[in-house]
Amino acid sequence: MAQFRTCPDTGFAIDLAADKLIKWNAVTAVVFLLVGGLFGILVALTRWPAVHLLDADLFYLALTAHGLDVLLVWIIFFEMALLYFTSSILLKTRLAAPWLGWVQYTLMLVGALITNVAVLQGESSVMFTSYVPMMAAPHFYLGVILFAVGALMGCVVFFSTLYIAKRDKTYEGSIPLVTFGAMTAAIIAVFTILAGAVILIPTFFWSLGFIGNIDTLMYRVIWWGLGHSSQQINVAAQIACWYAIAAILFGAKPLSEKVSRTAFLFYILFLQLASAHHILVDPGISSEWKIFNTSYALYLAVLGSMLHGLTVPGAVEAALRKKGYNRGLFEWLRKAPWGNPVFAGFALSVVLFGFLGGITGVMMGTEQLNIIIHNTLYVPGHFHGTVVVGTTLAFMAMAYWLVPVLWQKELVFPGLAKWQPYLFGLGMGLASIFMMGAGTLGVPRRHWDISFADAMMVHEFPAAAYMMMGLAGISGVIGGIGGGIFILNMVSTILFGKAKVPAPAAEEAPAAPIGGAATEYGSASTLEVPGTFVLALVFLTAFVLYYFVNWKYLASVWGMS
Amino acid sequence: MAIFPPTKRVWWNEPVEKSEVLWIFIALIWALVMFFMMPYWHINGSQNLSNEAYRIRPEVFAKRTEEMAAKYKVGEEGDTGVPVVRPPAGSDVYMLGRLWEWWPVLELEKGQSYRLHLSSMDWMHGFSLQPENINLEIHPGYDMVLTVTPTSSGEFSVVCNEFCGIGHHTMVGKIHVVDK
Repeated sequence: MAQFRTCPDTGFAIDLAADKLIKWNAVTAVVFLLVGGLFGILVALTRWPAVHLLDADLFYLALTAHGLDVLLVWIIFFEMALLYFTSSILLKTRLAAPWLGWVQYTLMLVGALITNVAVLQGESSVMFTSYVPMMAAPHFYLGVILFAVGALMGCVVFFSTLYIAKRDKTYEGSIPLVTFGAMTAAIIAVFTILAGAVILIPTFFWSLGFIGNIDTLMYRVIWWGLGHSSQQINVAAQIACWYAIAAILFGAKPLSEKVSRTAFLFYILFLQLASAHHILVDPGISSEWKIFNTSYALYLAVLGSMLHGLTVPGAVEAALRKKGYNRGLFEWLRKAPWGNPVFAGFALSVVLFGFLGGITGVMMGTEQLNIIIHNTLYVPGHFHGTVVVGTTLAFMAMAYWLVPVLWQKELVFPGLAKWQPYLFGLGMGLASIFMMGAGTLGVPRRHWDISFADAMMVHEFPAAAYMMMGLAGISGVIGGIGGGIFILNMVSTILFGKAKVPAPAAEEAPAAPIGGAATEYGSASTLEVPGTFVLALVFLTAFVLYYFVNWKYLASVWGMS
Repeated sequence: MAIFPPTKRVWWNEPVEKSEVLWIFIALIWALVMFFMMPYWHINGSQNLSNEAYRIRPEVFAKRTEEMAAKYKVGEEGDTGVPVVRPPAGSDVYMLGRLWEWWPVLELEKGQSYRLHLSSMDWMHGFSLQPENINLEIHPGYDMVLTVTPTSSGEFSVVCNEFCGIGHHTMVGKIHVVDK
């Protein structure tokens, strides 16, 4: 019989088994954010030309570890916590098969540790992408495989919990939008992990010597079925967090359940062959295939993101107007709780993800524009705009709410928490912009020395490129400090936080619905959202201008046919 | 609230608010514009990759490159004497990437077209022509062919921008473009 406790803050009935799994996954995620973040600061300090901290071999090692620990380990551990939260807790049901949840946790932890050991041993500095025929130690691949199998188990627990909730009728009608978003993430995760298995298992056997050769082009096509789709898991999970935060803070209801759910569905339907975005300048792949598979004829996944971009802030605007902040276009925005880290992190995540991550992602995914971007520092600039100031910041905002609620403890440094989203968001946002600037000037990614001091032939990058690299380094360190403050606050709160009123344990899940603060209104009575619409048009204008600027830049380079 | 089931059981029939409908329409139009830009550029743009590529054994590609270098060599560059090669306009031109150099140095004429063949002898490499900022992914075992027409003259560098091991940051090649 599952044990429940009632959360004093929210009234949620929390399955104690789910509670424990959520906590362990979240804490482990934060620990790996610390490890990966420290490697990231070392990388930033090395690419900052005036500092150039690490030697070449250590730099490539640190870069490999940075990518793995933050892009893979931190994010997926946190997503496991989110899957258990959005299924068991939001649906007020017990978690299906907690033992399988512990299999998930153990496999992922062991896998992450094995791969980290392989990287730190120095024989596996092959980068996150581990392109063949450069070979890592066999346990590098083995660790990633174990980690992925663990994540797959987490998805199984999630889907089983959805089934139990439906069978036991713990909710009425359809699952909440946030759970729907998490389900989108989990479905994409299953596809993603299968693509990963198809390529990483043979690669593991190749590293052991059982397979003679792995085709480089096949590797890149299938590996990116893992690498790109996994970013779509992040986007779906992050947008689920956005909707959750809007609901928690303001009782915001989606403008239209239909539109928001369809937008999530677009991610499942139109991103499974997303690896095409990464092989736009590879030989042996036709233009027709590239064009179709990056866009599916009308960019429906981009359309999905543009819809969320309107409906998430729109839901907040509608809720705040309902509360009376009705003057002019933007009173609701001015009166929003900018000092609350949950809101600040959320708002920065929405804006920065759209402008920095979203727009630039479409540039890179356009067949011809990719020629002037591929493998330059623009690429890391783009994905720091998505996974760092988008996903990571959204998860941080979520953690500012989730950690005090789950642990029933007060934040230890509320003053620091007020500033942390701005420090991290703006620091990493600027780092992202300067990396893109350097990339536009041709600076390569994953490169230890753009002054080519040890090279036989030398290329001189313009002075502006060095300035960009310096600024990217400084901003990266500032953002890194912001990340450190988040970790400090979370760890201190969990370890030394002052207890809130202890929660009484309940044998049965209470049937009473919760969240009296919710404003209830249907789409028919939804207020208009003129402020959000104006902001969306500003976004679109920036998008259109920047898109055609890039075509103009492309038109100025050498003819190719 | 998005963390609770929809208030109305039948939510899929609820009308959608008009600014949301308008935004969906605008976004869809923009998505279509972005899609049509790609085929449009294939017809009216001058910067498109060819679809021409062949499987090739690295030693065969190396042999073709060496034959071209021997035939059209006009000088040497760098400490190790990398040949500078000036093939005739319109001909097949080869450049190979290997740990950690681009070989040989090419001398091309501005305004002339060349069939450029690129391939790797070992690992993945990234052909990054600077300061033009043309970036291509170079695979071992694949002969990538594209017709290039230099539109500016001077000294150009080929930087490697696909990580290829500990010497990656020393991998630089050269292409000279001369006025006719």
